[in-house]
Amino acid sequence: MAPALFHLFALLTIASAVGVVANKNAVNAAMSFLLCLVGVAGLFVQLDAYLLAFLLLLVYAGAVVALFLFIIMLLDTQGRQNWGFKKLSTFTSLVALGLLLTGLGTFVTRGQLDAPNPNAAGGVGAALKPYAYQLFTTYLLPVQVMGFLLLIAMLGVIVLSRKIDGPEDAK
Amino acid sequence: MITATLNEYIILSVVLFAIGFFGVLLRKNTLVIFMSLELMLVASTLGLVAFSRYNHTLDGNVFVFFIFTVAAAEVAVGLAIIVALFRKRHTIQVDELNALKN
Repeated sequence: MAPALFHLFALLTIASAVGVVANKNAVNAAMSFLLCLVGVAGLFVQLDAYLLAFLLLLVYAGAVVALFLFIIMLLDTQGRQNWGFKKLSTFTSLVALGLLLTGLGTFVTRGQLDAPNPNAAGGVGAALKPYAYQLFTTYLLPVQVMGFLLLIAMLGVIVLSRKIDGPEDAK
Repeated sequence: MITATLNEYIILSVVLFAIGFFGVLLRKNTLVIFMSLELMLVASTLGLVAFSRYNHTLDGNVFVFFIFTVAAAEVAVGLAIIVALFRKRHTIQVDELNALKN
C-alpha cells in the first residue's frame, strides 16, 4: 500500500513539475504548479510532517498560486513565443543537465545515506507540541527575525506598488 | 510506517530541483521563471523533511517552516517588482528586458 502511494505521489509531482516548465500558457503552468504542490503535500504526509503538509497547502496553494494567477490575469501576456533559445543557453543547460545526471548517478550507485530503520521510533514531526516548544525556545530569535522580515516585505511591496513617475520608456 | 528509502526521497527532490532549474534557464516569461524558482524551493524543502524524518530530528521541519515564511515574503516582493517592471516597460519577456546590455 505505502510504496504504491509513494510512487503515485512522486509520479504526480514530477509530471506536473514538467507541466510547469513545458506549458506555453502561464495559467496552465500555474495550475500544474498547484498540482505539484498537492503531490509534495502528499509526500509530506507520508513523512509524518502533517503540519508542514497543511502549511504547504495553505501558504503555497492558497496564497502564492492565487497571487500568481492574479498577476497573470493582470498582465495578460498571452500569444508570445516562450521558447526559442540562444545557442549558448541551450549549450550551458545541456552541460548542467550532464552534471546533474552525473551527480545523481553517483549518488544512486555509491550513496551511503541509508539511515537506520525509520520505523524504530515514531515521527518526531507528527505532533504539534514539539514545534511550538522548538519555536519558542531554540528558535526564538529566528522567529523574531522572520516577523521583522515580513514587516519589511510589506513595506517594500507598498513602496513598489506606488505609481512610478518619470520617463515611460527607459531605453 | 515508512517503506520508501531515504535515497528515493532524495532522488525525487533532486529531480524536482533539476526541473525547476531548467525552467529558470530555458523559459522567457518572467512569471514562469519565478514559478520555477518556487518549484526549486519546494524541492529543497522535500529533501529537508525527508532527512529530518529519517534521522528522528525536528530541526529540518522547523527550518522548512522558516523557508515557507521567506518564500511567501519573496513572492510578494517579486511579483510587485514584476508588476512595476511591466508598468515601466510593457513587457515581461526576459529577452526584451535588455536595457543594461549595451
